[in-house]
Amino acid sequence: MNSFDILKIVLVLIGAPILGCLIAGIDRKLTARLQGRVGPPLLQPYYDVVKLFKKDNMIVHPAQNFYVVIYVVFVILSLLMLVFGMDMLMIIFVYTISSVALIVGGMSTGSPYARVGSSREIMAILSYEPILILYALAIYLLTGTFKLSALSTLSSPLLAYIPLIFISMLFVMNIKFKKSPFDYSTSHHAHQELVKGMLTEYSGPGLGGIEIGHFYEYVFLLGLMFMFWSSNIIIGLLLAVIAFLFVIIMDNITARVYWQWMLKVSWSILLIISIANILIVYYFYFKPA
Amino acid sequence: MTLAKSPWIIHVNVNSCNGCDIEVVACLTPLYDAERFGVLNIGTPKQADIMVVTGSVNYKNVNVLKNLYNQVPDPKVVLAVGACASTGGIFHDCYNVIGGVDQVIPVDAYVPGCCPRPEAILDGVVAALSILENKKKGNVKGKEVKMKGNEVPSNA
Repeated sequence: MNSFDILKIVLVLIGAPILGCLIAGIDRKLTARLQGRVGPPLLQPYYDVVKLFKKDNMIVHPAQNFYVVIYVVFVILSLLMLVFGMDMLMIIFVYTISSVALIVGGMSTGSPYARVGSSREIMAILSYEPILILYALAIYLLTGTFKLSALSTLSSPLLAYIPLIFISMLFVMNIKFKKSPFDYSTSHHAHQELVKGMLTEYSGPGLGGIEIGHFYEYVFLLGLMFMFWSSNIIIGLLLAVIAFLFVIIMDNITARVYWQWMLKVSWSILLIISIANILIVYYFYFKPA
Repeated sequence: MTLAKSPWIIHVNVNSCNGCDIEVVACLTPLYDAERFGVLNIGTPKQADIMVVTGSVNYKNVNVLKNLYNQVPDPKVVLAVGACASTGGIFHDCYNVIGGVDQVIPVDAYVPGCCPRPEAILDGVVAALSILENKKKGNVKGKEVKMKGNEVPSNA
């Protein structure tokens, strides 16, 4: 590990939450404008986090906030692995641990709302995970390795080979950003039915930690979209912005649905077009070693 | 200053006629847009800073109110919205009504009116913000309100 790598790590650790905070702020501002409101200041998510760290720490049991630490650490780890172009399959596994940490944390509190939210989050993981795995598989078929750094050896950008998986990934973004119509595991808008879902029993510093984890997670998820055109930074960023705007617009024009509906959509339409894309890649581009 | 920049509200309805509740919800609509002050209507008491209570307290829901109050982490502010929450209002001498919210839990700010206009409620929230800051500065903690098994007096 040379000094340039260390600089990269420091940059990610400091820069990613700032970027994620701005992303969350733009999200709230845009949503407000789409609803004809003035909306909060751009730095509102930052104010929220600072406030949460000033509040009392009210927990159900001591292990509860430890799950938050696991969540944040593994999200940062998966983001770092993405930045260093490591094994895509490993990134997915590490990222899954972070999601599972929140689920276990929610389940451990014993609140019925947290349990409902956690079990719905399991359904969400069930519906997006196959698409992520197919994304990794497509990278393997094209380059002969799961390493993201091998993407630079391709003659054209990833989007040219797997446009259908790109469409599926847009919906995965929607699920992972926890935006409508898939915002049923935890949401600002669902108090009547599930209070705060998975995060019901978190308060103060614990919730602040989760918010910081979300900032890293936003950057990580948009980084996954960036990988579709990683050879050109500007077009790659443009893809990330398109994915982000897609998520916000979908959030504002759709209503929350049953989890069964989401499972049907992802396991029928999204999975089928992804598999079709894999078959195309397999027959036209795959060169067995 | 950051406490005042992001007040999250939990809205508690104790036996309200829904008039004040409609007005509280109206604060979130595009016309009044409470979110420009960072106000979020949050579902769980554990993440709230300001407790907005509407309605007069009765024997059926007094323990619910106490329970919710105890679950809001410090620093916290209680805002009584409407005539009923402030004094008991038109229902003050009903056989089942205890009275205003301040009979049960400590109230920091009152918004009078039946029902108060959304502007008045927003003013109440803004007034609560400085109280919130002062509580943080003075490290004022809300005392735990004890719950009783049977609140109904024998002569009722």
